[in-house]
Amino acid sequence: MTVAVRVIPCLDVDDGRVVKGVNFEGLRDVGDPVRLARRYGLEGADELTFLDITASKSRRDTVLDVVRATAEQVFIPLTVGGGVRGVEDVDVLLRAGADKVAINTAALARPEVIAEIANHFGRQVLMLSVDARRSAGMPSGFEATTHGGSEPTGVDAVEWAHRGADLGAGEILLNAMDADGTRDGFDLELISAVRKVVSTPVIASGGAGESRHFPPAVEAGADAVLAASVFHFEQVSIGAVKAELARHGLPVRGAVSHNEGRFA
Amino acid sequence: MTVAVTLLDYGSGNLRSAQRALERVGAEVTISADFAAACNADGLVVPGVGAFAACMAGLNRVRGPAMIGRRLAGGRPVLGICVGHQVLFETGVEHGVESAGCGEWPGTVELLQAKVLPHVGWNTVEAPAETQMFRGLADEHFYFVHSYAAHRLDLVTDGRTRAPTVSWTTHEQDTFVAAVENGPLWATQFHPEKSGDAGAALLSNWVGQL
Repeated sequence: MTVAVRVIPCLDVDDGRVVKGVNFEGLRDVGDPVRLARRYGLEGADELTFLDITASKSRRDTVLDVVRATAEQVFIPLTVGGGVRGVEDVDVLLRAGADKVAINTAALARPEVIAEIANHFGRQVLMLSVDARRSAGMPSGFEATTHGGSEPTGVDAVEWAHRGADLGAGEILLNAMDADGTRDGFDLELISAVRKVVSTPVIASGGAGESRHFPPAVEAGADAVLAASVFHFEQVSIGAVKAELARHGLPVRGAVSHNEGRFA
Repeated sequence: MTVAVTLLDYGSGNLRSAQRALERVGAEVTISADFAAACNADGLVVPGVGAFAACMAGLNRVRGPAMIGRRLAGGRPVLGICVGHQVLFETGVEHGVESAGCGEWPGTVELLQAKVLPHVGWNTVEAPAETQMFRGLADEHFYFVHSYAAHRLDLVTDGRTRAPTVSWTTHEQDTFVAAVENGPLWATQFHPEKSGDAGAALLSNWVGQL
C-alpha cells in the first residue's frame, strides 16, 4: 500500500481552446478543453493540468470559464497555471474550481510570492513550475528559463527548485525544455538532480514519446509524470502508460474503478 | 425523499467541488455558515484545506465546534473532510506549535514521517470488515493531499458503546488514520469529492444513511 504514481495530461489552453493538436483530425474532442478533460478523466488520468497560454490579458478570463465548466464535470484534481502573479490570482482560480495552481515567471521575478501563497492557502495548493534548459555555465548544468525556454534567467534551475520548495511550494513541476517535443524520453539527469535536493513531490515533464519512456522517469525520482501532445495525438494512452509502469513494479491506480458509471 | 446537506462555509475548502460531488449522488446541498441551518440539515459536511490552526480559527468564528457537538448529541450525521477530519481530534501540532481541535476524539494530528511530503496522490485504504463507509469499495484508490495526520485513535469505550471503525493508509512507511466511522460522526483524511467515481460511491454510502 503506497501512493500511486500519478499520470497527468497537460492541456495548453489559448483563449478557451486547447491548442496542441488542433489540426489532428482523428481526435474528436480536440479544441474543447472540457470534453478533453472529461475523456481523460474516464481514461484514468490521476490529475489534470491546464496551462493558460493566452497572450492577450483581456482574454484571460476565458480560462476561468474553462475551469468552472471542467470542475462541474470532472471529479479529479485540477491544476491551473499561466499568468499567476499573486494571492489574488490564486484566490480567483480556486474559487472557479481549481484545486492547485502552478506558478513560474512571477516566482522567478519575486520569489517571496511563493511564501505568500503558501501561507495563505497552504503549500499543497502551489506547484512551482521550473522550465529547465541545459546550460554549461550553471553549477548544476541546468538554467531556469521563462517564456517557453526562450528567456534565460541566470538562475540555476536545480538550486531554484530547492529554494522554491524551501519557500513553500508543495510540488515541483519540472519541465525539461531541451527534451520537450523531442519524444526521445524524459531528462533523467535533471529529474535525479532535483530529486536529490527537494523533499516535495516532483512531477516530470518534457520528452515523453512512448509508454516505455515513463518508468525510467519514476525510477530517476519522479513521483508523477506529465505529458501533453503524446496524449492528445493518441500516440500513447493513459492506460498504456499505467500498464508499463505496473510492469516495472511501480504502483498505479487502476484505469477503471469498479464504481465507474454508477453516477451521472 | 431528498436529503438536505449543509456544506459548512467557514472560509476553508473547495466548496464548489464538494457541492457538485454531493449533488452527483443525490443530495440537495446548501452552502452556509448559519448555525440553525447547519444544526437542522439531514447531514453536515465540514470541509477544510490548509493549516489546522487557520481552519480551527475559522471554525470557531462560526461556532463550528458547538454546531458539531449539538448535532452529535442528537445523533445527527456529520462528515469531516481533510482538515475538517483533522480538527475533530484534540490537538494539532504544526511547526512545533500546538492548537486545540474540537476534541471529539483523543489524539494529536502531527507531521507524517516520510521522505517525500506532502503526501499527494491516490492511495488505497485498509478498512475493517464492519465498515459502512467503504462498502463496495475494496481496493479502490482515493485522492490525498496533506502533510499531517493522526497516527492513532484510542477512544476508550466501556464495552457498552461501539468502538469507532478506523481505516488506515500508509505513505512510505508511515501508517496513519485515513477515515473514521464513529456513530453519526464520519471523517476522511482524503478528498472523496476529488476521488472520481470511487469518491462518489463513498459519498453515496454516507448520503444513503442520512
